Amino acid sequence: MSTMVEITLDGESARVPEGSTILDACRRKGIDTPTLCWAENLTPVNVCRVCVVEVEGSRVLVPSCSRNVEEGMVVATDTERVRTSRRMVYELLASSVEMDRATPEVLAWMDHYGARPDRMGDRSEIVTQAQPVKVQDDLYVRDYERCILCYKCVEACGDDAQHTYAIATAGRGFDAHISTEHDVSLPDSACVYCGNCIGVCPTGALMFKTEHDMRDAGTWDESKQSVTTTVCSFCGVGCNLELHVQDERIVKVTSPADHSVTNGHLCIKGRFGWQHAHA
Amino acid sequence: MPDLYFGAGDEATEAEKDAVAEALADYGPVVVRETERLVHAGRSRTRERRHLLLPALHALQRSAGWISPGGLDHVCGELEVPPAEAYGVATFYHLFTHDPPAADNTVHVCDDVACRLVGAVALIDDLRVEGYHVKASPCLGQCERGPAVLVQRTGRPDLTVTAVDDGPVTTSEVAVAISSESSTPSVSLAQTGSGDLRLLTRVGVVDPTSLDDYRAHGGFRALEEALRMGGDRVIAEVTASGLSGRGGAAFPTGVKWRGVADQEGRPRHLVCNADESEPGTFKDRVVMEGDPYSLVEAMTIAGTAIGAEQGWLYIRGEYPVAIGRLRHAIDEAYAEGLLGDDVAGSGIRFDLTLRSGAGAYICGEETALFNSLEGYRGEPRNKPPFPTTHGLFGEPTAINNVETLVNVPPIVLMGGEAYAAVGTKQSPGTKLFCLSGRVKRPGTYEVEFGATLRDLVDLAGGLIAGSEVRAVMLGGAAGSFVGPESMDLPLTLEATRAAGVSLGSGVVMVFDQHDDMVDTVRRIAEFFRDESCGQCVPCRVGTVRQEEVLVRLRRGADIEDERELLDDLAAVMRDASICGLGQTASGAIRSALDLGLLVSSGDSQGDRS
Ligand SMILES: Cc1cc2nc3c(=O)[nH]c(=O)nc-3n(C[C@H](O)[C@H](O)[C@H](O)COP(=O)(O)O)c2cc1C
Ligand code: SF4
Ligand code: SF4
Ligand code: SF4
Ligand code: FES
Ligand code: FES
Repeated sequence: MSTMVEITLDGESARVPEGSTILDACRRKGIDTPTLCWAENLTPVNVCRVCVVEVEGSRVLVPSCSRNVEEGMVVATDTERVRTSRRMVYELLASSVEMDRATPEVLAWMDHYGARPDRMGDRSEIVTQAQPVKVQDDLYVRDYERCILCYKCVEACGDDAQHTYAIATAGRGFDAHISTEHDVSLPDSACVYCGNCIGVCPTGALMFKTEHDMRDAGTWDESKQSVTTTVCSFCGVGCNLELHVQDERIVKVTSPADHSVTNGHLCIKGRFGWQHAHA
Repeated sequence: MPDLYFGAGDEATEAEKDAVAEALADYGPVVVRETERLVHAGRSRTRERRHLLLPALHALQRSAGWISPGGLDHVCGELEVPPAEAYGVATFYHLFTHDPPAADNTVHVCDDVACRLVGAVALIDDLRVEGYHVKASPCLGQCERGPAVLVQRTGRPDLTVTAVDDGPVTTSEVAVAISSESSTPSVSLAQTGSGDLRLLTRVGVVDPTSLDDYRAHGGFRALEEALRMGGDRVIAEVTASGLSGRGGAAFPTGVKWRGVADQEGRPRHLVCNADESEPGTFKDRVVMEGDPYSLVEAMTIAGTAIGAEQGWLYIRGEYPVAIGRLRHAIDEAYAEGLLGDDVAGSGIRFDLTLRSGAGAYICGEETALFNSLEGYRGEPRNKPPFPTTHGLFGEPTAINNVETLVNVPPIVLMGGEAYAAVGTKQSPGTKLFCLSGRVKRPGTYEVEFGATLRDLVDLAGGLIAGSEVRAVMLGGAAGSFVGPESMDLPLTLEATRAAGVSLGSGVVMVFDQHDDMVDTVRRIAEFFRDESCGQCVPCRVGTVRQEEVLVRLRRGADIEDERELLDDLAAVMRDASICGLGQTASGAIRSALDLGLLVSSGDSQGDRS
């Protein structure tokens, strides 16, 4: 049994295990909280700030995804200050990057907080991340005008999964961007095509080429897709694969984030071996 | 350790390899130690080599005039750093370039708030016409003698250029400077020789390159005394003195030191924050250029008192004179046994390493500074945990501003209580202020806490002929504007706090009725946009949108149409940013709005001279 900590969450007292984050506590209490840069299989980087909450005694808002609960903490998740900051994070992001391929949750939260990115000014008169799509091989598309710089791909490529370190954040400020060294092409970089960066990207900036091409052609239709779970047969590790099938073709391979072997991460064989099976 | 893969396929030149070898010479074989990982981007912290990345990048830039792909790969091989990460670090800093050099010399001209009042924009135009490779720069920390110029030279040391006579630097002075060996501006102060000084007594008096002369002026007596007293008593005296941090946050220094001294963890570090990049701030530079040994002595007292074996002096890269003098002072102190395994025969170890930054205001934020020193991008860490327990390399660390530290030798010599006899009860001691703008004698001034804004302006010779105060920028770009009605505000922590403003880093920049305040405020917004590390959304995008609003206002947009957006931007940056940069990025702009400075004044030509 872990020690329990008593906190006040939106006016009600809650007992949560020591070492939990405020976000954990919110989830236990059924308080929905938006996140962008947090993922259960990655170390929290707390950079997007969309999960902020008000903690009594703190001058500024606090990122719930990475702040641990403390005995007696008084937390409010739906105050005017919290709503303003969350709405502004979405407005700021959506005024500079294309959000239309973001996950449905992201789009629902933007709606919930009434984000109006248009009021930042006309797209042609403000600075945005508009830039050409990067297609450098048959497997991936990198469309950085959709990138919200959540660092998830960097973490998945580095410490948290792949330990390849093919990509990192370069530049600074609004010019900060995900890059290989000297922006060399992905095939020229250390990339091993594990696809783990794609698996964690929340905005569709990184996409399997199959999915990207189908979306561009207007044929991508998740309502027509079924997901079959299987175990990868390329080696003996036993990774769980989720095969996404549309019109009797595999269109994408993922792995569950809570799977004990993969934590959601795979290698090139599991991720792309099916392409050869088709051929 | 990952297998390193080099995609660029370029080779370093022999000159680049030699420069890197020289920079890494003293560090022996690879020793890797993993420490706790506190932030994203990069594998668990590895010690002993990665922290050499910044010095190695400086070596590349100096030798070749840019960070070439081959040079970077070579450094990555030597230090076992993945190239993508090293590229991410190199592209973080303004002073590193990533294209083959356009010229042997890059002339950085400050066009920030103070310098644009005295002809910076015209100087930039003139230099460009004459064919120089010019970059407009944020504040270079020479606001008292603007427009400030820094020259980066391939293969030779950097230079600062100062005007020979009164009046702004000319293009021919830049030409003369570029052809000379090094810059040697002498520091002179309006107050030199005044009896009331504590912190500036030796500046302009002592030979800054001579340890003997420093001794002859009372130097290193405080260190002897401190070693006799022992660490606990030194900390007790510092606590009794009521000394608080001069880097902006005014945290009680004694409390910080006690906190680190009480940690179990080893090793511990003492870091001196000499990044001084807040627009309008130059006091630390004046101390370091004019009295470098005092900082070495102060750090040694602090380090031995809190039980830190390792001291780090992180100084902004744009201070070549101070860097040169401090390196020399440190070398001499080692030679005399005042640093190293046995400090002044006490048996206590204290090593001191100087590292220079490479053009990034954010690296003055303490946790960003740690990341920069460790060889990572200068992105602030989320707090808690705090530096006292998890500082440099995740180890217990005390970090202090230059001015904070140079208060320590006088405290040791006179005792905490006597120190606190001047100033006010809640703000004991003296304070350095950086006077610039429309005063007759801009410069660094030391006054007792309690002096008013008017006192300071008088000390600086009053306003230039024909000027009336329109506004004063107090505390820097991260501070706020006050109007002429605040001239009798006592500059103490308590009085400024009560007035809702802050002393910040001691900036007092005076604007008069002719100055284009909308342009000044726009330049501040541009500063924050350029200096945001880009890590968190509120600041990365918020500072861009804020600047866009100011540009629209400058073009004549109605403030009433922009007010709601400005309010919301201010709210999210203040409330939801990770660090102080984003949290204060709207402060000066808000205060200008409240003072009515954002309505065009009509009579506006920012660049009069
Ligand atoms: C964006 C930013 C820049 C800063 N720059 C500096 C600096 O250049 N020098 C400095 O001493 N403190 C600077 N600080 C404050 C430091 O984080 C830290 O509080 C200070 O070094 C502590 O030393 P002190 O207690 O002696 O003041 C900065 C803070 C922020 C948020
Ligand atoms: S595919 Fe794998 S190796 Fe390549 S960038 Fe993505 S995470 Fe890194
Ligand atoms: S590419 Fe995707 S995962 Fe990577 S930082 Fe951008 S949005 Fe996040
Ligand atoms: S507030 Fe600005 S400078 Fe600070 S961490 Fe966020 S983006 Fe970086
Ligand atoms: S989800 Fe918490 S800061 Fe991004
Ligand atoms: S040096 Fe130009 S504003 Fe400071």
